[in-house]
Amino acid sequence: MIHPIPPGTRDVLPDEMRELRKLKGALIEVFEARGFGEVSTPAIEYDEVMARGDGRAARSSYRFFDESGELLALRSDMTVPIARLVASRFVNSEPPYRLCYLASAYRAVRPQSGQMREFMQAGVELIGASAAEGTVEVIEVLEAALDAAGLDRAVIGLGDADLYGQLLEELGVEEGAREAVLANLAAHDLVALEQALVEAGIGAERAATCVQLTQLRGGKEVLERARGLGGEAVERAIARLSETYEELERRGAAERVQIDLGLLRDLGYYSGAILEVYDPALGHVLGGGGRYDGLMKRFGLDLSAAGFGLYLERVHTAQMEESRRGSEAS
Amino acid sequence: MSALKLAVPRGALFGGTLDLLDAVGVDTAEMRGDSRSLIFQTSGLTVVTVRPSDVPTYVESGAADIGITGKDVLLEQADRAVFELLDLGFGRCRMVLAARTGNDRLAEAQRRLGMMRIATKYPRIAERYFESTGRRVELIEIKGSVELAPLIGLGDGIVDLVATGRTLEENELEVREEIVECTARFVANRVAHKLRAAEIDDLTAKLREASRR
Repeated sequence: MIHPIPPGTRDVLPDEMRELRKLKGALIEVFEARGFGEVSTPAIEYDEVMARGDGRAARSSYRFFDESGELLALRSDMTVPIARLVASRFVNSEPPYRLCYLASAYRAVRPQSGQMREFMQAGVELIGASAAEGTVEVIEVLEAALDAAGLDRAVIGLGDADLYGQLLEELGVEEGAREAVLANLAAHDLVALEQALVEAGIGAERAATCVQLTQLRGGKEVLERARGLGGEAVERAIARLSETYEELERRGAAERVQIDLGLLRDLGYYSGAILEVYDPALGHVLGGGGRYDGLMKRFGLDLSAAGFGLYLERVHTAQMEESRRGSEAS
Repeated sequence: MSALKLAVPRGALFGGTLDLLDAVGVDTAEMRGDSRSLIFQTSGLTVVTVRPSDVPTYVESGAADIGITGKDVLLEQADRAVFELLDLGFGRCRMVLAARTGNDRLAEAQRRLGMMRIATKYPRIAERYFESTGRRVELIEIKGSVELAPLIGLGDGIVDLVATGRTLEENELEVREEIVECTARFVANRVAHKLRAAEIDDLTAKLREASRR
């Protein structure tokens, strides 16, 4: 007799659970060793709290009323609940705050391999550390986490969330048209992106240059190439990215970081540095993160913040693919 | 590192795709032959030949790193997260609303019932189109020859892809509205696009050059 469960959810049986537990343990150990204390928050929040994070992209898909008519939401990520927690629970202690989590979140995605509606995230939040240094610390923790998971081929993309907003403003693209341009950039539909830029009235040549800019990804040399494509917004983004990258180099942590001027995460609260994580064994992004100073402000705290979250199930899948690859090679 | 895996569409876009691959120096002789094989190793690429509508599936999952397919397929499967890198220019055709020539069933249904019945292989494109133009429709999803449907009374009109318009004409159908123009597109898996950047950029540049000739 089969008793169905909702699409996008699943049961986990002992063999998988054993491996997941090992992975979770390894990750938490890395986080705690670096001073990130684990926290837990409720799976349901007031909808108003989740909506402060992002009215659009990461808005909770599952909302319902409690017995007194309050609108509740299943959390769609952990960053927003932690911002809330810090704003209400840590007001009397000195920043920076280093917190980590290992928890389920919920999104109404189309269920497929590595993309479930209920999924586990493992990550850290560093709140109250200055820009470049905080970003670098978070990247170092991320690298240690990937090592602990055995994903030594994984790559971290480092981009800048403010670049295109500022660039479009500099080019005189009106606010309404900016939306369409950024949506196409987030989806990485370059054909529609170029068309939207032309329609926004910046001329075919500049539109083509913008599209070229989004294709710059690689080592430090891409910053030089970006400079050639010009403008003040680009210059400012380059300055922010090189500050972070040079600090990574000084600490010997730049090797697996790829600078990427085409990155644009679809969560609306990022500003400044943004991160994405890839492993060659898996066609899906393993996780991401970045700076979210603006989000803290929405909770009444004037603190800069950065963090990352890894999709635990995807990391686990990548582990299995990598070990298959290892055994095929030997 | 292993060869880049390219998913190539069999069917209407196959010839144009092979011509384009020839133009960028990929040897397609074996694919042009009558081989039953679906996988080919050629000029440093692993080429897999699949149904056009399966290309986004292969590329999104990362089973193929890059692929070529029609914009119609990408629009119909808009929820597949693939990076669209290039308009390849060939395979040009139009997605249209068509109805029987000289017949006003479409308008009549709209006027008297407030609702048109539309047969199509592209329910999501059709749904978005009618929604964006504020009209109610009942969509009838069909897998085979759509142009047959209105002739025997299944639906008031069709939404379909037309290249030359000859099939429509032969079935006494005419274009009533044009929805969108479609061409072949070059797409990439979002992780491959980051991790195989140099190879993909190189191929993209060659394809751009060749497709503008």
